[in-house]
Amino acid sequence: MTARVDRLLELADDELIVGWRNSEWTGIAPFLEEDVAFSSIAQNEIGHARALYELAASDLGTDADALAFDRRPDEYRCAPLVQLRFVPDWASTVARHFLYETADTVRIGALKESVDPAVAGIAAKIDREEVYHRIHAEMWIDRLGEEPAVRSALEGLWGQALGVVDEELRLELAHRLKAKLGWAPADAQPVERGAHLPELEALWEEMTMVRRSAPAGARW
Amino acid sequence: MIFEVFRRERQGQPFQHAGSVDAPDGRFAEIYAREQYGRRQESAALWLVPREAVREVDEFPDEFDLKYRRVDGYSIKARLKEARAAAEDVARSRDAFSAGEIR
Repeated sequence: MTARVDRLLELADDELIVGWRNSEWTGIAPFLEEDVAFSSIAQNEIGHARALYELAASDLGTDADALAFDRRPDEYRCAPLVQLRFVPDWASTVARHFLYETADTVRIGALKESVDPAVAGIAAKIDREEVYHRIHAEMWIDRLGEEPAVRSALEGLWGQALGVVDEELRLELAHRLKAKLGWAPADAQPVERGAHLPELEALWEEMTMVRRSAPAGARW
Repeated sequence: MIFEVFRRERQGQPFQHAGSVDAPDGRFAEIYAREQYGRRQESAALWLVPREAVREVDEFPDEFDLKYRRVDGYSIKARLKEARAAAEDVARSRDAFSAGEIR
């Protein structure tokens, strides 16, 4: 597998799984307007995952659905940050949302400068939608960032957030987080990609259930 | 806070009331309105107006029945009916005259 495919799958898996996690709030978000907005953000993330899987699939001679649903849970490359299940904890959800969107901003910003035109192109497209996710996440942080529940969630997830981006981008990410929050935990160690939390397996069971129940080659 | 949302479907068209969003402040309202009234490319622009900013006028007394000021003008239904009846009378008399019943 090429480095490009590796990179695309990391990104796509992050987007798919965070989109799935966010969608778990559909119908039960704190209020109706937020329900619609957060569900729409979840749909966007899954849309980004699709575009990234399609690009990887064209290199691998397969299709986006096969990459999204036909791998085993331990083959996913998503960062631990997106694997965590928080429903019904809105404070942790807001914290993860903000940390993930900020990490994604840094990562997508770097990919926009990629020498690979297909990767740079898709990064620019994703970035145009991510602007609104960022605004949404920062609004929540402005409103709830000082609440003890949100603050302790931010502290607890900081290392996982650093693990979303490559080593050379972590300093920039830490700066951005600190600039927005006005503080940073003293010693947060990055939690590297590669771990598979038990809750990812549960998500996978649900996410791939319909696909697995249908005979191979079924058309919808 | 409730914000009334007005939506312009295409450039050059008037803004029309689309609905409302309930949001903690204007920034939230912007995101919520964008998601509810714009994410399907159905709007070229939105106006968000705090409901308190809306001054409602809903009483229009017309004690003296000044019909000539109304947008629908005079009601001519009754007068039209009278005119038709009169015309029928005239026609009947003329027919009777032609038939020699009246001299």
